[in-house]
Amino acid sequence: MRKSLAAAALVCGMGVAALPAAAQISGDVVKLGVLTDMSSLYSDINGPGAVVAVQMAIEEFGGMVAGKKIELVQADVQNKADIAATISGRWYDVEGVDAILGTGGSASSIATMRVAGEKKRMFFAVDPASSDITGKLCNAYTVHWVYDTVVLANGTGSAVVKAGGKSWFFLTADYAFGHALERDVSAVVTANGGKVVGSVRHPLNTSDFSSFMLQAQASKAQVIGLANAGGDTINSIKQAAEFGVVKGGQKLAGLLVFVTDVHSLTLKLAQGLQLTEAFYWDRNDASRAFAKRFGERMNGKMPTSIQAGFYTAAKHYLEQVKALNTDDADKVMARMKSTPADEPLFGKAVIRQDGRKVHDVYLFEVKAPSESKGPWDYYKLIRTIPGEEAFRPMDQGGCPLVKKS
Amino acid sequence: MFELLGIAPQALFGQLLVGLINGAFYAMLSLGLAVIFGMLNVINFTHGAQYMLGAFAAWLMLTVLNIPFWIGLVLAPLVVGLFGVVLERLLLKRLYHLDHLYGFLMTFGLALVIEGVFQWKWGSSGQPYPNPIPGGTNLGFMFLPTYRAFVVVAALVICLATWFAIERTRLGGYLRAATENPTLVRAFGINVPRLITLTYGLGVGLAALAGVLAAPIYQVSPLMGQNLVLVVFAVVVIGGMGSILGSIVTGFGLGLIEGLTKVFYPQASSTVIFVIMAIVLLIKPAGLFGRTR
Amino acid sequence: MTNNHTLRNILLVAALAVALAAPWVAYPVFLMTALCFALFACAFNLLLGFAGLMSFGHAMFFGMAAYFFGHTVKEWGWRPEFGILASVLGAAALGAVTGALAIRRQGIYFAMITLAFSQMIYFFCVQAPFTHGEDGLQGIPRRAFLGGLIEVKDDRAMYYVVLAIVLFGFAAVYRIIHSPFGQVLKAIRENEQRAISLGYNANLYKLLAFILSAAIAGLAGSTKAMVLQFATLTDVTAAMSGEVVLMALVGGIGTLAGPVVGAFVIITMQNYLAAAGEWVLVIQGAIFVVIVLAFRKGIVGEIGDLVRRRPKPGPAGSSA
Repeated sequence: MRKSLAAAALVCGMGVAALPAAAQISGDVVKLGVLTDMSSLYSDINGPGAVVAVQMAIEEFGGMVAGKKIELVQADVQNKADIAATISGRWYDVEGVDAILGTGGSASSIATMRVAGEKKRMFFAVDPASSDITGKLCNAYTVHWVYDTVVLANGTGSAVVKAGGKSWFFLTADYAFGHALERDVSAVVTANGGKVVGSVRHPLNTSDFSSFMLQAQASKAQVIGLANAGGDTINSIKQAAEFGVVKGGQKLAGLLVFVTDVHSLTLKLAQGLQLTEAFYWDRNDASRAFAKRFGERMNGKMPTSIQAGFYTAAKHYLEQVKALNTDDADKVMARMKSTPADEPLFGKAVIRQDGRKVHDVYLFEVKAPSESKGPWDYYKLIRTIPGEEAFRPMDQGGCPLVKKS
Repeated sequence: MFELLGIAPQALFGQLLVGLINGAFYAMLSLGLAVIFGMLNVINFTHGAQYMLGAFAAWLMLTVLNIPFWIGLVLAPLVVGLFGVVLERLLLKRLYHLDHLYGFLMTFGLALVIEGVFQWKWGSSGQPYPNPIPGGTNLGFMFLPTYRAFVVVAALVICLATWFAIERTRLGGYLRAATENPTLVRAFGINVPRLITLTYGLGVGLAALAGVLAAPIYQVSPLMGQNLVLVVFAVVVIGGMGSILGSIVTGFGLGLIEGLTKVFYPQASSTVIFVIMAIVLLIKPAGLFGRTR
Repeated sequence: MTNNHTLRNILLVAALAVALAAPWVAYPVFLMTALCFALFACAFNLLLGFAGLMSFGHAMFFGMAAYFFGHTVKEWGWRPEFGILASVLGAAALGAVTGALAIRRQGIYFAMITLAFSQMIYFFCVQAPFTHGEDGLQGIPRRAFLGGLIEVKDDRAMYYVVLAIVLFGFAAVYRIIHSPFGQVLKAIRENEQRAISLGYNANLYKLLAFILSAAIAGLAGSTKAMVLQFATLTDVTAAMSGEVVLMALVGGIGTLAGPVVGAFVIITMQNYLAAAGEWVLVIQGAIFVVIVLAFRKGIVGEIGDLVRRRPKPGPAGSSA
């Protein structure tokens, strides 16, 4: 590692003097690492599809950037921060990985973040939700790519209140993510003139929600906010239908729902659900084209917003390397933060000082079975929420990087 | 008094009823686990995976072969039970003379393999299984889905039938005798290894049956049974190892207690069972229904 | 006997040489993590292999010590050596309370009580604010050791500190097993009634063994928190308690080196098989099945057998 740095420095020095066009690529290869949940609870949302998405980005560059080869390594984070920290460290130090994308849940992502900050290499936090990543924990080498808990609250929360859902009952997964979501949505709800009439906290990976459904029904709230994720959300929605919650006149608001969750539930059970996403495969021509190519390699599955995020993160990174002719993390980061991006999948975006990528997000409603024209035709667009409105203002996150600038 | 606790008596009644329904699953699963542990001396860590296999088998039968739920309810446990028999013949039978630990390691490994393969093939978010008897009745204090009512009745019937088969029939008598003293039973000309294989198949079939019953309520997903085995084993231990009736009663009872916890301190609803286990073991070492040796 | 002794000494020296040279070959952070798990597995094995007590809740000592360390060092600004000391004492105290209750039962019941306690501890960790839930207690600073004498910013420097701590732990386990106390433990494991009739207070011995094992597991957990700079919920889950059982089983229960080998095998699998993506767990599961079928005594146990089976084995020496 030190040797390659020294070599890079040498090449760099020579380059400036004699060959201004020579690329400054560490280790003579641009290496991307995908570290995510490949085998566990959330692997449909990121998992193998994320690897395919990054491969697609690399192929669009013909496998070469700045005259050097692009390589891809991947690993399963196994939901362990230990693994995230050791593999990230090994990738950066020993295998010369230039940028890591991932890395699963918040504990493992925060672990990778710290390693990236220490080694001064790029980290794209594509799948975690914690808004602390660009808040008090932020660092100069991390970009939080797709969404966070604040966006989910601002999107779904405010839209549902404005549509008349004034009284809320929360079904919250009893861990930091659920608590953050409940807290943020509650703030949005009360700010918009609604009120929270109650909440119940269930342990992570609960399978039976019937008791909670009865409590939600008894609360007489207009809206039941699901501050949970993955299988917990799927099972809550399924059992809400079973117990006639929606038929009884109450509305469900899924705060973190992915298109694969809706697919797994089927439209019959998920219809009418409002949700916020930064990407939907059927939103425009570019997203449809991407989804088609993705589906061809993934057995007809459509990409989730996270998988699309893996694709655009890899592509955006490689574009910076190409433009700068270097994979030096500081230079790449400086360029990313100073130049706004405009790409087909997520539209116009800026990357702020605190590492937050800000783009428009969308409020969707899940179609009724009769409205759907075919497989994976699940969402209709209700409203486009401009990025500045959706994301937390930079000065409210408490990120130390912001004060400096 | 109930109002003091912040909940109306009628609502409480509803909670007890859904608790009982969950207890039905615990009862069926712990019954299978108890039978296997009693006869084979193996803690079957594959139990959760076999529960999942039952649900998947029913789902595959429905989507690929168009076999309706009611036939799947019979067929899927048979198929999975047969798979259990193969496992027992090929692998588990080599472990009976050894410590529990090896059975743990082996069945744990098998569960990883089975769940991993299903995860690879069908992904993590799960498959939808349509409710075979949709609709429900408004009982005044709650809305009771018809299917859940069916589950409780079915589970009770299955549990009592199993208890009857083991405690009151000749074959069950051989089984019990074979666990107490295999050499003696062999001397009477009974094929003990076959009896054990049969028992394992039965236990696995019960797990699969619970899985089929669970399919319309929960998503059919590869990891649906992953954390179940610890809870279910706790039920067996509380009931008293080797006691068939104990695991049935405890299963239903713990469903009730868990249901109450979900009202008064929902965060602890997955921990309460372990608290109870610790207390029971410290006061009554052989479990509630176990015989003290 | 002498043959076996020379062989063992050669192996020991070789192992030490490998341990000293390792960070120049393999990735130091990986090695440190593996060392911590090795010590954890040894602590577990002290209880199972030498006192015959199968704990299914050892993660509570390992994980809680990590939290103790993180909290004292990060929030209270303690020096790392004091943080470790506090964590070890904390784990020992936890071991004293849970052990005193658990040792009243035997076999599978003992295991289930320890499981129940560890589930309660897990619940406590999910609820308590200082653990930061599933985000984990992150960013524990790496401070210099002994008041600035030993700088550990560099991973390799840290490695030698960790190696020293872990070797100290191994030595402690070795001393315990070969002390008169350890002999009594073995006697209780073999025949508790006879040990009692010989006048030994079996329960007291078992409790002491449980506390020692908890303390050493705590040493391992706090050292790992120091290395990785975080403590997370993973370390207090039942899955972690299961993992340490597997490490001991794979390496060989009741041998001194077994848990070390087992820990290295499993941690290496988790780190280097990770590239197999979706297949990690399947491969791990298959390996466990194969071990039970073919290498039941664990890696070290089987090798030990091979060595002993060679021509002219001395009078059955102890397998340590």
